[in-house]
Amino acid sequence: MPADRTLDRLRAACREAGTDDPSAVGPARSAPRPAPAAAPGSDGPGPVRAAGERDTVAGLPARYVAAPRDTRQAAALLRAAADLDLAVTFRGGGTKLDWGNPPRRLDLILDTTGLAGVVEHAAGDLITVVRAGTRLDALAATLAGAGQQLALDASPPGGTVGGAVATNAGGPRRMLYGTVRDLLIGVTLVRADGVVAHAGGKVVKNVAGYDLGKLVTGAYGTLGLVTECAFRLHPLPAAAAYVTRRVGDPAQAGRLAATVRAAQLVPAALEVDMPAGGPAAVTVLLEGTPAGVAARAEAARRLLGADTTVADAPPRGWGQHPWHAGDTGLKLTAALSGVPRLLTDARAAADRHHLPLALRGSAGVGVLHAGVPGTADPDRVAGLVDELRTATAAVAGHAVVLTAPAAVRDRVDLWGPVDGLALMRRVKQRFDPDARLAPGRFVGGI
Amino acid sequence: MRTTTTDLAALAAALRAAVGADRVISDRQELRTYECDGLAQYKVVPALVALPADAAQCAAVVRACVAAGVPFVARGSGTGLSGGALPHADGVLIVTSRMRDIIEVAPEDERAVVQPGVINLAVSRAANPHGHYYAPDPSSQQICSIGGNLAENSGGAHCLKYGFTAHHITGIELVTPDGDRVRLGGRAPDAPGYDLLGAFIGSEGTLGIATEVTVRLTRLPESVRTLLAAFDSTDQAGAATSAIIAAGVVPAAVEMMDALAISAAEAAVHCGYPAGAGAVLIVELDGPEPEVAAQFDQVERLCRDNRAFEIRIAADDAERALFWKGRKSAFAAVGRISPDYIVQDGVIPRTALPEVLRRIGELSAERGIRVANVFHAGDGNLHPLVLFDAAVDGQAERAEEVSGAILDLCVRHGGSITGEHGVGMDKAKYLPRMFSADDLDTMQLLRCAFDPAGLANPGKIFPTPRLCGEVPGRRKGVHPAQEAGLAEVF
Repeated sequence: MPADRTLDRLRAACREAGTDDPSAVGPARSAPRPAPAAAPGSDGPGPVRAAGERDTVAGLPARYVAAPRDTRQAAALLRAAADLDLAVTFRGGGTKLDWGNPPRRLDLILDTTGLAGVVEHAAGDLITVVRAGTRLDALAATLAGAGQQLALDASPPGGTVGGAVATNAGGPRRMLYGTVRDLLIGVTLVRADGVVAHAGGKVVKNVAGYDLGKLVTGAYGTLGLVTECAFRLHPLPAAAAYVTRRVGDPAQAGRLAATVRAAQLVPAALEVDMPAGGPAAVTVLLEGTPAGVAARAEAARRLLGADTTVADAPPRGWGQHPWHAGDTGLKLTAALSGVPRLLTDARAAADRHHLPLALRGSAGVGVLHAGVPGTADPDRVAGLVDELRTATAAVAGHAVVLTAPAAVRDRVDLWGPVDGLALMRRVKQRFDPDARLAPGRFVGGI
Repeated sequence: MRTTTTDLAALAAALRAAVGADRVISDRQELRTYECDGLAQYKVVPALVALPADAAQCAAVVRACVAAGVPFVARGSGTGLSGGALPHADGVLIVTSRMRDIIEVAPEDERAVVQPGVINLAVSRAANPHGHYYAPDPSSQQICSIGGNLAENSGGAHCLKYGFTAHHITGIELVTPDGDRVRLGGRAPDAPGYDLLGAFIGSEGTLGIATEVTVRLTRLPESVRTLLAAFDSTDQAGAATSAIIAAGVVPAAVEMMDALAISAAEAAVHCGYPAGAGAVLIVELDGPEPEVAAQFDQVERLCRDNRAFEIRIAADDAERALFWKGRKSAFAAVGRISPDYIVQDGVIPRTALPEVLRRIGELSAERGIRVANVFHAGDGNLHPLVLFDAAVDGQAERAEEVSGAILDLCVRHGGSITGEHGVGMDKAKYLPRMFSADDLDTMQLLRCAFDPAGLANPGKIFPTPRLCGEVPGRRKGVHPAQEAGLAEVF
């Protein structure tokens, strides 16, 4: 089929879908709906266009871009994409679009930024229902007006709710609040065949039906398009304190982290930051009432010992990945008691390969991020990844390459070994039997 | 599909080979011991019962079932309140009560590794000496098993702050419905790949059987303070709860009981709640001492502001236990004031509480059926106890109607038909009130991925089984004969 006819078919699908949103059942059943931004099919560019130069996924160019305005349009587009056998990748803010493998095939980028807006914020119930294309910073501003938050530290800035769900985002405060999987209570999704489905709801406590929200969280858009999410919220703390201690070596950082965990501080975060070649630090974040935080910060200061500072603002780099665009970025996990060993082993491995390795992450959870400059020799980086796999396996964890330059991607398996892969393939086959949703991006070529 | 006597004998022999002759039950009288779980109005005698001692035996039992094409149902302690462990008449009941080893307590990793038959409270007892505990605390925690908790995604009084079972399990080994042994997750967080562990928790035994569970251990709080506040009405107690939440306090628990529930608890356990109360609230705060101290005064003030006529503060653990005794015994206690009762489990947005309680009161009056209300007020999880006398003509039916109407009320207010007891057998028929056919069809894609033959706990959760088919995809329509054939399986 010539390209223009495909474009016509996608546009027709959008037009026929109209603007009444059928997603107002399940999580958002009784929610008021915002007015659509514009009527599709009216004059103007409409939601579907031919792809431009920048419409690529990990270097792979798309042919079309569609930006549906509601769940019904998204469903119509995905149904049309199924009929036309188009491979689809979902895009929100695009901040993590280069995470995972490049898709094997790409025809259509489904841009979710038109699916934006807070559908409902029930402050008294501490929940919100929000469309997936909503930017996390915009959502935070809305919720802050009621003294509440979606307790996610997503990095980098500019990301959307849907992107956070697709990558199971979480930052330093996951120690207290968890990640997306712990906060998502309901989801509306569009399947690869265009069927709209809901799971969960908009109450926090709910065990009715399978928790498909957890299934699509961290699935990198390979099982379906999330169009709307319900989240549990938390009150914004009245006070916060960052207690930081500089440390000499990884072992000391690990020891201090263990000391903090054993105390009665209940930190919101316990972070370690070890830049390549720079001074390392351990930071404890305490949140709570002004009186409580003051007392706990003092206790933390005494616990961490000399050269400890207390601040009400985060230290530099807080919650940011220790890499820049174009670098190699990894996620390293460990059983809690293995964090000191992992820090030591990772640094030693980098030294052996003569590579600068920046480490930063949640010592209180067992999740570290690691960055290597994109200019580093790809063979050496591949060697380091191998060693990091060994080091994480020794502490019951995994090493996943989240992003990397093409030369590094060519030399390593980004995902590494995966338990339960056969079951995962079967799940993918049921949800996306024709393998059209970001095929190959996820574990084991899923 | 009917299992013939010959087939059954062959299966029994295979099970005996798998777990030992004395661990397979085929005698009708002995089988009747397992005819129901905690929801005793449903009774089905299983064809066979097998009691594996470990994961290998459990896998062998499942493989024997698969080879025979016979369904299987897993059962822990049998305390479930939705009939999730109700046996299948032609199937094998796999009981995990012999799998009771605490394999490891690793406080340095904040984890414990246990077999599925381990009792919930036993995990905390093993962790307490190290300064930790296992947070999910269903009321049945003295007898319910971790495997059952996992299957139901059990909650408890303290999940307002600490979350549910799903938040406290980081890894499992499971036996899939094919009889394969698979590991998901572990001691470290964020295992790569789909969060099949998250999807498995709460799947009520329809995706396989967990044979080893890695749980998160939580640090015992430095300070715990509990108060009991008495109000004239549930509206006032509800307003106090709202005020506490609005103040940004996240209590460990906020529990409410109404006058009828209080009088039942009083009759059963003499908990000594303030006389004449229309509602009592139990509010518990825990955490670092300075935080608890600051917030506890605030909570006390908010209760007074909302016209609590009496506030008692637990001076020690013994007094705290007394506050909780009335609450935790409430389900059983209504047995003192009514010959029969239904324990309902629904959820509403917390702010809808006054309206929903008013409507429950109206339903009760219209139908002449008393309803005692006990609930986790902090998260809107209602446990209305619908009281009736089965000996009186028509009462059981009217009680069932009131119970169903309460669920409708929950759904209409944007809530859920179950907050922690599960769908099981009991609520499968209500699930379509909450989810569309497409929603349920999509959920069953997951089931088909795990259990295409539909042998794992069939007939639970979903009112209508999905035909999985050999090759998923765009095939549409199913041969009626095939449909009929499969329908018999369920």
